[in-house]
Amino acid sequence: MTTATISQGNLTPQDVLEQAASLRLRVGDFHEKLVESNYAEAADIADSVVTRPERPAHGLSLDQRIDRLVTSRLWGFPLMILLFAIVFWITISGANIPSSMLMNVLIGRIYPLLHVGADAIHLPWWLSGLLIDGMYLATAWVISVMLPPMAIFFPLFTLLEDFGYLPRVAFNLDNVFRKSGAHGKQALSMMMGFGCNAAAMVSTRVIDSPRERLIAMITNNFALCNGRWPTQILIATLFIGSLVPAYLAGIVSALAVVGIAMLGVLLTFAVSWALSRTLLQGEVSTFSLELPPYRPPRVWQTIYTSIIDRTLFVLWRAVVFALPAGAVIWLVSNIQIGGESIAAYFINWLNPLGLLIGLNGVILLAYVVAIPANEIVIPTILMLTVLTTGISGMGAGAGVMFEANSPAGAMAIFQAGGWTLLTGVNLMLFSLIHNPCSTTIYTMYTESGSRKWTAVAALLPLAMGFVVTFMVAQAWRLGAMIFG
Amino acid sequence: MDTVTVEPIEPGRMAAGCESCAAHNAANLRRLGVDMSDWDYVVALAGNPNVGKSTVFNALTGLRQHTGNWPGKTVTRAEGGFEYGDARFKLVDLPGAYSLLATSLDEEVARDFILFGQPDVTIVVVDASRLERNLNLALQVLEITDRVVVCLNLIDEAKRHGLTIDERHLARRLGVPVVPTAARTRQGLDELLQTVSDVATGKIICKPHRARHESPDLKAAADEVEADLHRLYPNLPNARWVALRLLDGDEAIIQAMQRGELGDLTRSAPDSEAVNVIRLEAAPA
Repeated sequence: MTTATISQGNLTPQDVLEQAASLRLRVGDFHEKLVESNYAEAADIADSVVTRPERPAHGLSLDQRIDRLVTSRLWGFPLMILLFAIVFWITISGANIPSSMLMNVLIGRIYPLLHVGADAIHLPWWLSGLLIDGMYLATAWVISVMLPPMAIFFPLFTLLEDFGYLPRVAFNLDNVFRKSGAHGKQALSMMMGFGCNAAAMVSTRVIDSPRERLIAMITNNFALCNGRWPTQILIATLFIGSLVPAYLAGIVSALAVVGIAMLGVLLTFAVSWALSRTLLQGEVSTFSLELPPYRPPRVWQTIYTSIIDRTLFVLWRAVVFALPAGAVIWLVSNIQIGGESIAAYFINWLNPLGLLIGLNGVILLAYVVAIPANEIVIPTILMLTVLTTGISGMGAGAGVMFEANSPAGAMAIFQAGGWTLLTGVNLMLFSLIHNPCSTTIYTMYTESGSRKWTAVAALLPLAMGFVVTFMVAQAWRLGAMIFG
Repeated sequence: MDTVTVEPIEPGRMAAGCESCAAHNAANLRRLGVDMSDWDYVVALAGNPNVGKSTVFNALTGLRQHTGNWPGKTVTRAEGGFEYGDARFKLVDLPGAYSLLATSLDEEVARDFILFGQPDVTIVVVDASRLERNLNLALQVLEITDRVVVCLNLIDEAKRHGLTIDERHLARRLGVPVVPTAARTRQGLDELLQTVSDVATGKIICKPHRARHESPDLKAAADEVEADLHRLYPNLPNARWVALRLLDGDEAIIQAMQRGELGDLTRSAPDSEAVNVIRLEAAPA
């Protein structure tokens, strides 16, 4: 025996390790047996303490019956789409009233008061402009547009989660994701992305495998987030809804928005598939997703936690980024070089590229300025259009973000900016397919710790957006030449 | 006698001498990122995914950590605190794990904390309606530490499914206290707090069940390594488990041994000042 030679005085950890290593060869692999005996023991104890109902209840339990339905091949997908359509419909329609109330208070009342106050203390015009017209307005806009939908969407989503529906969604989508070379749990982060891509970056933590987690992060941007729904809805209403008779306009524009969202889902699968065959090759990891029992959601607690944990968390980040963005918008519109604002220089410079892809320089500049938050894209576009086309009696002055009083008002501005149906369609596409907002990019960086993959996540969708809008514009113009 | 019922005691009576009894392993806890300066005891919360650990955590700490009805939500370690009696407890919510074999990051985080952090008490939350699979983890925790309270959670759901569970018999088989709870509706949480406090203060001393299904060869080898470990680290609380891990070639444990971290785990039995100490011991099957 080896132990005989080791005296008590000089026994070291290394001795014990060597001893164990040599004994390991003798006992062979007992890992499986140990695991099995552990299970056997657990089963034995459980058997001795659990009394089951004498006869199992006849037929299926309520849980099982719900599961049959929501995970069925036939009904699983339609029910899922219907359920989420309802959630989005409640979010979109429910957010309007609180949004306009917030806007009335923050922009309608407080904003003029701030100017009165600034005048009273004789603040220089450029300082009050930068602070009030730039930073305050940008923040007020983001709060009034983002807070209501998030405060509706996140609790609804969390209620579904608390009820136990989300694992069923993952179950339904698992197969498609696996065929795309991605992880089935990516379904969960994609769902979260429909609310907020930044929050979804955090939620990809449920995916163990680093490769699959990266795929989930890079493709999450194709889930249309809260900040982009308003853009989609406005543009669809103005440009698509107006193509059909008035009584069809609502449903057609809603379908256009749903179509864009579905395109995003398809792109998620397509890009996941492409990544898993090129940059991120590897095995699809199997996971056992347990379908937990349905539980009655705890409504108040859910609303409380989802507002504290998600809504305010995301809103805070957006505000942090909106403040400097507001300053930039004001500065580029007000600093003049040689009689023209910096904004005008940029717009003229971006115009050729913008027109090539069926957009224009204003839209591209708005997307640069609005990197911090997609919510401010439309107000920035309107403001810059007013600025460059010199429409009189519109807007509120250079660098002041505003919402057109009505969709018709916005349409008048768009038309003055030379927009066509192609501009509208391509703006919807570009809004879906472009770089994520800086909050999302930053969150991805802190979550992944990788500059390289964060750059891929930021630039890949942007490049795709240029390609898609370019192709659509060329096909459109070709069609116009042939049929026009 | 091997069984006992946990009798209610006046809260706070036992906790008096606790500033002096640093039962927890402060150095290792610091290494694991747990600041113990304001706390008397550290309590870990372990369990399978989706058994309501975070709900128990929130109910005990009053924090509103996000809870969700899907597995694998708590990926990082959440921490909170609560006061009970005169003592302050730090509660650490570990990621859900099906086992402690460290095959995934979750399991590794959970195992490392229980092994190296040496929490004063580990609450193992088990799902009453899926007891068999949940006990698998509980048994593995009992291999590492004897200061365990089993929280038999979701007892309401088990009832709904027509299951009855003899929790006293379960406590007898495991050799640790078992408290039935329905954390979502706060049922049984007072009893849980009392029991956790009793284990932390040494009012309850457990001698848990440790599985011994070993082939003669394995038993001989494990005995040998265990004896060596005992000589090397006389106070190592879980020498048998470490011996089996070494024989299994568990890299994490081998490295911990090379770094001397296992040597730090030399905690003696809690120097309890409690009167009427309750001893729990596992009964033979």
